[in-house]
Amino acid sequence: MNPRVRVTLFLVAAVGITAIFVWGFTGLPSFGHYPGPYGDEVVRRTIADRHATNTVTAVVMDIRAVDTAGEELILFAAAVGVIMLLRKQRGERLVAPPTFAEGRHPIPPSTPVRVVSAALIAPAAVLGLYLVAHGGLTPGGGFQGGVVLAVPSVLCFLAARIRSFERLHDPAVWEVARAIAIGAFLGIGFAGLIASTGFLANMLPLGTTGTVYSAGTIPVLNLIAGPAVATAIVLIVVELLEQVTEVRAK
Amino acid sequence: MIRGLMPYVLALWLFLIGLYGMVTSRNLVHIVMCLAIVQSSTYVLLLEVGYRAGATAPIFKDITSGRSVVDPVVQALVLTDIVIGVTVAALLLALAVQVHKETHSLDPEDLRPMTG
Repeated sequence: MNPRVRVTLFLVAAVGITAIFVWGFTGLPSFGHYPGPYGDEVVRRTIADRHATNTVTAVVMDIRAVDTAGEELILFAAAVGVIMLLRKQRGERLVAPPTFAEGRHPIPPSTPVRVVSAALIAPAAVLGLYLVAHGGLTPGGGFQGGVVLAVPSVLCFLAARIRSFERLHDPAVWEVARAIAIGAFLGIGFAGLIASTGFLANMLPLGTTGTVYSAGTIPVLNLIAGPAVATAIVLIVVELLEQVTEVRAK
Repeated sequence: MIRGLMPYVLALWLFLIGLYGMVTSRNLVHIVMCLAIVQSSTYVLLLEVGYRAGATAPIFKDITSGRSVVDPVVQALVLTDIVIGVTVAALLLALAVQVHKETHSLDPEDLRPMTG
């Protein structure tokens, strides 16, 4: 298909999409006038029945925790998918990677980048742990904190030689950690089935609102989701970086 | 009326500009980035649906429970949306790596129907 035909087709489709969207928009509440009632009910129940203060985390880790379990499994499947796609295929052999990309000159390692990256590893880890631990109280949570917890690994790649990075990031270890985390998440779910009313139901004492150990299973699930997300992201990064260090050719 | 629609038009514009990028792209990595832009239109739309004029974030650590807040449900949906977006991007980039190994090109025009 030549580019002009393609753009013409796109424009026709764009007009159609615009018409449908605008039609849909006119049925939406006017911007700035959210009518409720679900959001308001969630807010009321989060404070009264769950003793949590971050209502978004309460939705993710309690009220709709079943959806989050599915989301964890999607993340798991994606990490497995990346590993499967990038493993050594039939007919491929390992070849030494070129020292630099075609048409580019090698750049000597930058000392400032390495120093700053190394210096940020510990603060990034602490920030990640803080976001995970306080997820039920202030902005943050297992997913957000988990992504930040993957940052030290990326900083380690920037600060160290790629071989040192690989020594610290043996995929086998990270895969086991990932499996344990996802298993623990589902384990809490089944515990809810046995001890309480249903899968991933909140079954622990609710504690005092505003403290780290409040809101029942919400902080527990945050603590599990954090490593689960972090290990998935690190595995994806490790697998993609491996493509740089071990070029596979037919 | 028109002013009330403008924020929603932003979501539409992001959707269409990302789609245009995907339609005209000559690079698979670029297509993945365009898909991320298409997806970001859903984040904007969801957050706009739950917005309430003059309201604050639905986090009650330092505000009283009576304060008017935006809808936390759509914010949780956006959180899920972002995670799924990242995983889809990672899978597609892995596919792009494989395509480059097979064809030594990232141009979708060079792709041939799959065999075997």
